[in-house]
Amino acid sequence: MSNGTEPANLPEASQPTAGGREYWRSLEELAGTEAFKALMGNHLPRHAAAWTSAMDRREFLKLMGASLALAGVSGCLSPAPAPPDEKIVPYVNQPEEIVPGKPLYFATAIPAEGYGRGILVESHMGRPTKVEGNPQHPASLGATDAGTQASVLGLYDPDRSRVISNAGRVATWDAFFSALNAELESQRVSQGAGLRILTETVTSPTLAAQLQEILRIFPKAKWHQFDGGAGDYAQQGARMAFGQPLETFYRLEDADVIVSLDGDFLLRSPASLRYAREFINRRRIPGTSSEANRLYMIESTFSLTGSNADHRLAISPSAIPQLATTLAARLGVQISAQQPAISPAHEKWLGALVKDLQAHRGRSAIMPGEYQPAIVHALAHAMNDALGNIGKTVFYTDPVAVNATNHAESLRELVQDLEDNAAQVLIMLGGNPAYTAPADVDFPSHLVTSNFNVHLSLYEDETSALCHWHIPQAHYLESWSDVRAYDGTVTIMQPLIAPLYGGRTAHEILAALAGQAERSSYEIVRDYWRGQSKEKNFDAAWRTALHDGFVAGSAFSPRNVKPKPAAGFDASALKERSSGAAVKAQNEPSIEVIYRPDPSVLDGRFANNGWLQELPKPLTKLTWDNAVLMSPATAAKLGITYQVGGTGGEHGTIYADVVELEYDGRRTRGPGWIVPGHADDCVTIHLGYGRRRAGRVGTNLGFNANALRTLDTLWHGTSIAIRKTGAQYALACTQFHHLMEGRDLVRAGTIDGYHKNPKFLRERESEKEAPATLYPGYKYDGYAWGMSIDVNACIGCNACVAACHAENNGPVVGKKEVLRGREMHWIRVDRYHRGDPSNPETYYQPVPCMQCENAPCELVCPVGATTHSQEGLNDMVYNRCVGTRYCSNNCPYKVRRFNFFLYSDFKTESLKLLRNPDVTVRSRGVMEKCTYCVQRINQAKIAAEKDDRAVHDGEIETACQQACPTRAIIFGNINDPQSQVSQLKAQPLSYGLLTELNTRPRTTYQAKLRNPNPEIENG
Amino acid sequence: MARLPIYGLMAEFDSPEALLEAGRRAFAEGFRRMDAYSPFPVDGLAEAIGFHRTRVPLIVLIGGLLGCIGGFYLQYWVAVIDYPINIGGRPLNSWPSFIPVTFELTILLAALAAFFGVLALNRLPMPYHPVFNVERFELASRNRFFLCIEAADTNFELERTRRFLDEIGSLGTYEVEP
Amino acid sequence: MASKPPDISSDTLPVLEPGHTFASITDKISSIVLTGRTPLFWYISFGIGFLLVLLLLFCITAVVSVGIGLFGVMIPVAWGWAIVNFVWWIGIGHAGTLISAILLLLRQKWRQSINRFAEAMTLFAVACAGIFPLIHLGRPWFAYWLFPYPSTMGIQPQFRSPLVWDVFAVSTYFTVSLLFWFLGLIPDLATLRDRATRRVPRFIYGMLAMGWRGSAVHWHRYESAYLLLAGLATPLVVSVHTVVSFDFAVALVPGWHSTIFPPYFVAGAIYSGFAMVLTIAIPLRKLYGLEDFITLRHLKNMAIVMLATGMIVAYGYLMETFMAWYSGDIFEKYMMMNRMFGPYGWLYWVLILFNILIPQALWVRSLQTNPWVLFFIAIAVNIGMWLERYVIVVVSLHRDFLPSAWGMYSGTIFDYGVFVGTIGLFVALLFLFIRLLPMISIFEMRELVHEEEARSE
Repeated sequence: MSNGTEPANLPEASQPTAGGREYWRSLEELAGTEAFKALMGNHLPRHAAAWTSAMDRREFLKLMGASLALAGVSGCLSPAPAPPDEKIVPYVNQPEEIVPGKPLYFATAIPAEGYGRGILVESHMGRPTKVEGNPQHPASLGATDAGTQASVLGLYDPDRSRVISNAGRVATWDAFFSALNAELESQRVSQGAGLRILTETVTSPTLAAQLQEILRIFPKAKWHQFDGGAGDYAQQGARMAFGQPLETFYRLEDADVIVSLDGDFLLRSPASLRYAREFINRRRIPGTSSEANRLYMIESTFSLTGSNADHRLAISPSAIPQLATTLAARLGVQISAQQPAISPAHEKWLGALVKDLQAHRGRSAIMPGEYQPAIVHALAHAMNDALGNIGKTVFYTDPVAVNATNHAESLRELVQDLEDNAAQVLIMLGGNPAYTAPADVDFPSHLVTSNFNVHLSLYEDETSALCHWHIPQAHYLESWSDVRAYDGTVTIMQPLIAPLYGGRTAHEILAALAGQAERSSYEIVRDYWRGQSKEKNFDAAWRTALHDGFVAGSAFSPRNVKPKPAAGFDASALKERSSGAAVKAQNEPSIEVIYRPDPSVLDGRFANNGWLQELPKPLTKLTWDNAVLMSPATAAKLGITYQVGGTGGEHGTIYADVVELEYDGRRTRGPGWIVPGHADDCVTIHLGYGRRRAGRVGTNLGFNANALRTLDTLWHGTSIAIRKTGAQYALACTQFHHLMEGRDLVRAGTIDGYHKNPKFLRERESEKEAPATLYPGYKYDGYAWGMSIDVNACIGCNACVAACHAENNGPVVGKKEVLRGREMHWIRVDRYHRGDPSNPETYYQPVPCMQCENAPCELVCPVGATTHSQEGLNDMVYNRCVGTRYCSNNCPYKVRRFNFFLYSDFKTESLKLLRNPDVTVRSRGVMEKCTYCVQRINQAKIAAEKDDRAVHDGEIETACQQACPTRAIIFGNINDPQSQVSQLKAQPLSYGLLTELNTRPRTTYQAKLRNPNPEIENG
Repeated sequence: MARLPIYGLMAEFDSPEALLEAGRRAFAEGFRRMDAYSPFPVDGLAEAIGFHRTRVPLIVLIGGLLGCIGGFYLQYWVAVIDYPINIGGRPLNSWPSFIPVTFELTILLAALAAFFGVLALNRLPMPYHPVFNVERFELASRNRFFLCIEAADTNFELERTRRFLDEIGSLGTYEVEP
Repeated sequence: MASKPPDISSDTLPVLEPGHTFASITDKISSIVLTGRTPLFWYISFGIGFLLVLLLLFCITAVVSVGIGLFGVMIPVAWGWAIVNFVWWIGIGHAGTLISAILLLLRQKWRQSINRFAEAMTLFAVACAGIFPLIHLGRPWFAYWLFPYPSTMGIQPQFRSPLVWDVFAVSTYFTVSLLFWFLGLIPDLATLRDRATRRVPRFIYGMLAMGWRGSAVHWHRYESAYLLLAGLATPLVVSVHTVVSFDFAVALVPGWHSTIFPPYFVAGAIYSGFAMVLTIAIPLRKLYGLEDFITLRHLKNMAIVMLATGMIVAYGYLMETFMAWYSGDIFEKYMMMNRMFGPYGWLYWVLILFNILIPQALWVRSLQTNPWVLFFIAIAVNIGMWLERYVIVVVSLHRDFLPSAWGMYSGTIFDYGVFVGTIGLFVALLFLFIRLLPMISIFEMRELVHEEEARSE
């Protein structure tokens, strides 16, 4: 996507029209021009009056601010972005007017694979620029994940589809509406027998109501669901165990012992942010007085959660249900199925686990993975019941997903109907089934058989290309809607900006189906809730809901349920429905395959998001590609090797052997990648790559795993054939070396060891005191900023990296440059392995700039482009930098990043809206690095000076700190002994990185403490 | 002084020794305004015709001192007075780091002084000089040695001087056009 | 000639073949310049050089207009070929001034027939070296920020940075070498002025000679100035590569942060410098039939200097290895192991072969005077010294403190292009010099003849 001479990160936009350029000449001129008045008329009709009519100053300034900021892009975006017409409610008190340069925050929610997460969006003069977590929202607690951070880039993605198109030709909404009506005429006659609606997971109450309305009008119509990333076995498991669909959630802060059956709950769960916080809170030192929790992981692929487990059992996917059965039996669950024998090694492990669980009845939790077959979920419920956890650590509520069905079955039926020509009218709301559907259903060729189909989506993707009608979808930051969180809490989503490309929401499409083409989603959502509201003063309630970012008391209350006796579980009946042949695999030893959504781009929905593509994946540190992940033993068996590239090498290019995978006669090829800790005799393939119509960033990256999948083997498959092809493929890996080479970089101990002797670390380090220096130390009176990073709390989720990139206008350099080790992340999460490669311990260490007091980089800069501030910040003066790169050579932490080319995209108009106006966009030939978010520091200082006080502790949060789900990063004033950061630095577990070099880093770390089970650890 | 018809008399010799001898004799004879020309430096020739000390070393010394003091002060001024700023926690006056540049500037100015000093003292560049009017003089840069007594010398008297030069073994004596 | 070192007095080989007079020498050397017809090999050599200069210009244009990313540099290896070449060229630039200055102070007569082109070589080498730090900046158009000048920004260079020391050292070195070289040229320019038959050359040489007429008084001042310049140049030569070595020694990168660097860089510089003088002298004396002036005696002496400095360099390598082990510093230890057995290990062993083992042949007396052997060894040393700088710069950087930041480096086509280009520039300049200026100091050769006669009488 970027080549040596043209490394423009995100693809260039179509050149703006002359108009667009002119606007920039001067704002004064602009405000006067006819063009501006026209602009007002076109894009802000309801406000245009404010110009002609009596001068309403507040309105005037608001519009000036908004319009001027946005006018420039009107050339290439039509209509020009503008604040939504309807009244939206800022999170803070509405200020007198928009103060240029002073951002506003609005609460809304991001629908992450259907489930809501509360967020606060920073808006600069009408431009949403940054997403933060909503501290009051149960699924966020103030944190965000990488995907949420990158969603802002998704909003301004120049590749989003811009027009309604009919068979590839530009069309209008009215044209669509009349065409639709024509089709519906016949459907009305047949009561909608030929009408099919395909959605992804739906949790929106309004949308649900609309769908029911449609099904009322067209009784014979069908609503199908297929979500590329959703494992829907939890509902089936609940049906099996309770006879009804139920949502399960856990209260991990009360769990002493956690057992995850292949559940990656720290990363892939609607509640992952909350789980991560609760999980880590129980391990923090000094933490809660209660004992630290212990996590046992049983999984095949090496997941983020697995890498944070105290004990981990890596077994092939087909063995997990068996082990679950055995475990259940040991815990006293009555099993009808015969208990398979297990190996002595596992025996011992299991024994210790069972003991531990028994010792913590009611204070433990068994968490099944979303991709495990229903039987595993059912058994988990039974085990939790047997352990008395239900109501203590495990809770059940009504299902959050509306009308949760088995997606695989739902898709199968739809395709059948298409085949039988029973489905004539197909309305697809979001999703990209032409790409995400498994190969065996051959969705694309069936799709074209229907005589009228509509696709609503953000991009003109693989599916749109096959549809009669494509409707550009409004981004969630442009939409009025609502969404439920994991516990049912409703957030009413308010738009931050009017649709950039005139996108439509699913609400509007369904309204059109119901014959109301002109209803805006605002009216639809608001009317729905007015209908629901029992409040006398609905407007006040509405306003509060918008302001807070959630509807108070909308969470489902836990249901008091008890699982049926496990003997009743019918494993066999669910065989083909459950995750593929996992169960039938017992007697044929062969390579099994595991499909998982990619940690960054999920099922491919974020494929065109450069930030996510370039984000190193948590464990493999791969970027821009997916790979066939396998254990060292399996790789050896298959003869898969790698070769470190001569350029970039361990910090860039790795040449991996390409393997050919075959299943059911379908073939695909992809690079093999060795992952220590992966289970043997199985491989993991991440979905979301091999897109053909993703956009200029995401097209033709990696390989498409869907080409192998079948409906029966959506997540697990057996007896897949793997061949080494002899070809090699260059993978961009930002950290290939995973050993510490005996260096004390991540310091670790055990919690027991700590309790025995809290000073164990200091004593070990005592001989390594920073050497004496000839120079007198500098005096830092006033503020002295410092940071403490708790390695013990870091789960390696990358949220900080994405947040930093978003906050600091980080560029995307493209695969070619990453291959050369030139990625531009200011903070990186180093990943180290220790111990047996077949099942290693994993350590994560976020490394931002250390802001050394004796900064080696400053000393060697010939032009004084990097110097020290009064507050101990290691400042980087871009304007003064001539680019000798000596500073980077002399930085022992290698946190400095250099603009080898013009990486920042200065051309694409829509991306200009994305920039954080408080941070310089770096140009070619200058060095850059972490600044401790100096712009935030200065804002806080100015605010403090205005009301003549000192900056409070915690008033400044760096971007990485704010995003961190586990609060692993703490920033503050180390001159204030009371500040949180000072107290952390005083902890015996606090240590500095490479302090023997006498760099005196301001960023320090808290040692990692594991909590192993002595029985397993010793022996 | 009134303009003279000729610049002086030039005698040609074929070896440095001869020239040296001639120089001594001429000096003994009382001639002062004269100069000797040779294709390469001849030891003692300058002394022989009464030129003893040169001021070049002094000039070089001054240049060196200027470079040394100026060089250090430049850095001190920049780091301590003009724009004091915390660089890597080092003291403003990190004098050890200032030594290399001080040293280089010392050498630089001394060298410049030496080069331009010698040119200035030798009154070079000098595009025109009467001695070049002598046909044979082009051999002064090959294998011939010349002694030129200027007419401006108080003892200069054309015929007597010519005779004197022939006595001291001139291979050829020429009048030098002014 | 009071202070003649014994090894030379005991020596049988002459510094100047007998039977030469002031006239013969003058005519022989000046004819090379003043002759009407230029030899074919000159056209060929200069032509090749010129083409490579065009390549150089192309690469520079590309890098400046597109970005430094065209080079192979990355994080962690932010310095690559460019800096390697810079140090290499600077090193080569050491022999010239050293030969003319130090040997002058030591009154070594054998210097006189090689100092002129050795000095020219210095100038051209430093000119080539100067190109690299400049174009390998991220923003070369701001390079002048490294000089102190009355700046409206009110900000000046940061004098604690070795790079600033470098700027001063190298520019001073270039200036002083230039003065020294030109001062030596003045009398010979006068000779050419007087020998030239055609008007234009006569005029040009006349202007350059500034009216030099060989006056005894002028010679007197001239000699004292020349001697003083030599006295100044001598510590300067030593200081330049010392300062260059500071670029590395001051940094804390394992493999750079070492107190032995200054002496061993200087020795290395002289080593490579003499190697380059031999590389050039041996063909030239053949092509231009100068065997009488550049005699086997010169080759022998240079061979001995190479052997001596080569041993110092070897000692440097030894000490580095020893200290890495003796310091007990885990990073130093790893650096040394990685240097020897890491991904770039083979480079280290090749450099040991070229820099240490092959030159040991010079212990054999007969080989010291064998032009072919000397030429081969000189080439080997040139390559070996380049590899040494590559190992120091790249191999130290590519694996430093945090394994998470380790990476591999390799040059790109542009790295190669610029390097080959500078070699072309060097060749082109050298042949221009040979064609237009006396490559051997004529007046000093006359002096030599005179002294030889004095000795024979």
